[in-house]
Amino acid sequence: MTITQTPRHPPVGGDPRSPAVLRKVSLRTRLRRDGPLLVMAVPIVVLLLVFAYVPMLGNVIAWKDYSPYTGILDSPWVGWRNFERVVADEAFWSAVANTLAITAFQLVFYFPVPIVLALVLNTLLSARIKMTIQAITYLPHFFSWVIVVAIFQQIFGGAGLLNEFLTSRGYEPLEIMTNPDVFILLLTAQSVWRDAGWGMIVFLAALSTVQTEQYEAAAVDGASALRRMWHITLPALKPVIILLLILRLGDSLSVGFEQLILQREAVGAQAAEVLDTFVYYTGVIYGDWSYGAAAGLIKGVVSMLLVVGANKVAHVFGEAGVYQR
Amino acid sequence: MTVTLPGPKRQPDPVADPAPDRLRRRRGHHPDRPAWEEEPKAATKLAKIVFLCLVVLAVLFPLWTVVITSFSTQEAITAAGGLVVVPTDLSLNAYQQILAGGVVTRAVGVSVFVTVVGTAISLIVSILGAYALSRPGTLLHKPILFLVLITMFFGAGMIPTYLLVSSLGLIDTLWALILPTSVSAFNVLIMRNFFMNVDRSMIDSARIDGAGEWRILFQIVLPVSKAVVAVIGLFYGVAYWNAFFNALLYINDTTKWPLQLVLRSYVLQGQAVPGAPGAELAAEGVPASLALQMAVVVLAMVPVLLVYPFIQKHFATGVMIGAVKG
Repeated sequence: MTITQTPRHPPVGGDPRSPAVLRKVSLRTRLRRDGPLLVMAVPIVVLLLVFAYVPMLGNVIAWKDYSPYTGILDSPWVGWRNFERVVADEAFWSAVANTLAITAFQLVFYFPVPIVLALVLNTLLSARIKMTIQAITYLPHFFSWVIVVAIFQQIFGGAGLLNEFLTSRGYEPLEIMTNPDVFILLLTAQSVWRDAGWGMIVFLAALSTVQTEQYEAAAVDGASALRRMWHITLPALKPVIILLLILRLGDSLSVGFEQLILQREAVGAQAAEVLDTFVYYTGVIYGDWSYGAAAGLIKGVVSMLLVVGANKVAHVFGEAGVYQR
Repeated sequence: MTVTLPGPKRQPDPVADPAPDRLRRRRGHHPDRPAWEEEPKAATKLAKIVFLCLVVLAVLFPLWTVVITSFSTQEAITAAGGLVVVPTDLSLNAYQQILAGGVVTRAVGVSVFVTVVGTAISLIVSILGAYALSRPGTLLHKPILFLVLITMFFGAGMIPTYLLVSSLGLIDTLWALILPTSVSAFNVLIMRNFFMNVDRSMIDSARIDGAGEWRILFQIVLPVSKAVVAVIGLFYGVAYWNAFFNALLYINDTTKWPLQLVLRSYVLQGQAVPGAPGAELAAEGVPASLALQMAVVVLAMVPVLLVYPFIQKHFATGVMIGAVKG
């Protein structure tokens, strides 16, 4: 699953660009030869420098007392004070706790859903039915979070379809969309509805690589369908499962920012405040820019360490991870 | 995330599966099922069918009722007490209203502009960047690749990005919705990987014939990479169309709101968008605000539904994008 891999057709011997030959070529020759490629790289380099790297430098305001009136350069330095404030802030730790709780909950109740879907779909004999069900289940992945939350609100909200049905039958209406106690369930249900079908793709791809002969040989040897699933199908899925699990753990601190910001008002900060929304509210809404930047920077650095660590673990398991050493 | 498309799996192969005829003709044995595989129990089959029906229903039912409600009259909606499940009294009123000018119409224009221009910019920048990075060993190859890779691991954060966009004077311009998110390192690397796998001999012979890098890119590499360009273009397009948070952050002027943000305040927060149709409702014969709301939801889904068959086509042809090699 690596995306930085060597070409499938490695240049053989005489390629002028193989490193061994390169050393003998002068810089001027290389510049003349690779000049067009450098020109092509200009737009992406400029865009990334301006919109990704300049803001990285902008994080210095985390060590300053920034106000829009004085600007970044003229704001006074305050050392680590903003970080100390963040670490001493209960609201920050509550956001951390919510973030990790959502990640953990979804690992248990979201993560296996695409696998189960893929396993069931994989047993279908008709390729046409299989493709049709895939097409239908992928669909919600392409809808925005605004649409997904709007649809959930129309169905499970106070005046929604479900409550309309319940009250017309004389039952008490259920409070789902604004109830902090079930919010984590709601979030997970939305994620399953939107992304489980899409998440199934990678497992179906892994399943399609299993050779039929393996099943046949096992069946001839008397292995039941369950045993074949356990000894052939699951081992085929194992590398993908481990890899996705590790990647998800590396991404622990990000739990669907748009999805949460859309519902934070309705549910309240107590259940719906996660790290990203905390940064948005403290920084942008309450105008405590330096404080928000400090919280955001903590999140960014820890996330980076988690991703790098997750890849290290992936390498230990013999997987390629997202990048190779 | 990886996007690999599975072809149909485990097709019975008549050569590899030379099952004796007597096995095939076992009673109740599905003709497509390999002979060695036992027929599942009726209960298992039933459970599977029920499960898959529920899955399909869970996806399609909400979409159905939203679409039907958007086409319903006020009377039908009042009678149903909310979302309409069984169509009774249909009308196009809601769509006529929201498309007759005003906030929603304008928002559609903004979203279309951002999506079209943004996707064009993203694709051009990504194609050029991916091609420039597709030859390990060229001048500055490593530093530039590194520059792209790092952005996958460390995001600058919302606040410094906001301050940058603000100091560039992009607040309340549509460029704020395009430029900061125009490059996705992930998409660039997927493309790069694809370009790296283009047959070298074609490129080499073109070079011997005197073609420069630009000609090689446009006349050799791109024509054989249509699928990856199409799918990456789709990813960018869907992302631009669906984004709402950057608009919330950068666009204060409600006349420049994209559709997703209008949808949010109109449907989720139940606010009457200033100047929006529906602000002065309640007159007889005017569609219920619920129909209007659902019409906006449907409108936001339409482009996705339009490109969907196209996505399917590329997936179905088994285009392997990036990742997961067995």
